[in-house]
Amino acid sequence: MSQAITAGQKWWSGGKSPYNVEYGKLMMWFFLMSDAFTFGAFLISYGTIRFSSNSWPNPNEVFRSFPGVKGEMPIPLAFVSLMTFILIMSSVTMVMAVAAGHNNDRKGVMKWMAWTILGGLAFLSCQAWEWTHLHSEGAWWGANPFLNIDGTQSSTNFTNFFFTITGFHGFHVFSGVIINIIMLIMTWKGSFDRKGHYLMIEKAGLYWHFVDLVWVFVFTCFYLL
Amino acid sequence: MSEVHLDAAGHEEPSFSTKAIWRTFWVLLIITLLELTLAIIYYESPGLRPYKHFVNGLYVIGTLAKAFFIIAEFMHLRHEIKNLILSLVFPAMLFIWFLIAFLWDGNSFKNLRNRYDRYEYQQSQTPLAKKPGVE
Repeated sequence: MSQAITAGQKWWSGGKSPYNVEYGKLMMWFFLMSDAFTFGAFLISYGTIRFSSNSWPNPNEVFRSFPGVKGEMPIPLAFVSLMTFILIMSSVTMVMAVAAGHNNDRKGVMKWMAWTILGGLAFLSCQAWEWTHLHSEGAWWGANPFLNIDGTQSSTNFTNFFFTITGFHGFHVFSGVIINIIMLIMTWKGSFDRKGHYLMIEKAGLYWHFVDLVWVFVFTCFYLL
Repeated sequence: MSEVHLDAAGHEEPSFSTKAIWRTFWVLLIITLLELTLAIIYYESPGLRPYKHFVNGLYVIGTLAKAFFIIAEFMHLRHEIKNLILSLVFPAMLFIWFLIAFLWDGNSFKNLRNRYDRYEYQQSQTPLAKKPGVE
């Protein structure tokens, strides 16, 4: 059974799995690859439009609000930092669930999956608040109340791209939370104990980390650059 | 990498070490905090305005570093075999071309429009007195 991985092994001569991973996991990797190109297309089209514009709104001025704080925060980007922290944290709890799954520790998997779901829901709530707040300021698809950084009239490209891309990312987070809830229920019912392995948790984990990975790029493109 | 056990399909899988997970978490958190500090310093000091491209370069380096750590450690790709790593890295390299080609195009659109649509150009250079949509 045990395949010793030695130098010079002929992976492609047949008779063995050339990727050395389970089929479902390999397909998850290829799906994420294609999804990366979808997000990449969105972000690059955003970049193209931004490069073709003479000026653009300043994210430090647009994203200044925090729930419960009247007016503007003394420092910009405080709320989005919190969202980023929540998502990184939920990625950590997801790896913990995968690690527990490796040791066939059902209780551990359930505990860490529950934390991951909580993190995902917290992130979605933050995003819902941010969208509601921006909408109340008059920003929506086709409506941009913000001026460019140099005080000139801004086009609706800014809000169109912001809502489309964060919305598409938020939809991925939402799907991830649903998948994680299903995984938690299956763990609770003992499906993975009967199978003898927790590979499904790993595949859900790959998807969840990908969502975190995309957020890293969305965060840079919309809030920092 | 020390402890190796077989998964259900008979493949060797290195087990996850909790220490490595937390180390990755701290790396990600610190890079994010550095990026934010940079954003705030840049925002608060108008003297830095001419160095926007340099600051953007630092953001991009930070972002790529974070992406590397998420993929390598959290998604565990660093511990998979080379065949799998290369099958994913090679297609991803298309992004290099995408970025160069499309951003170049965007910049070219801007220059052409500014040259041939003078009215639009004048409009885009005139600051508004007050915010539209407010009041």
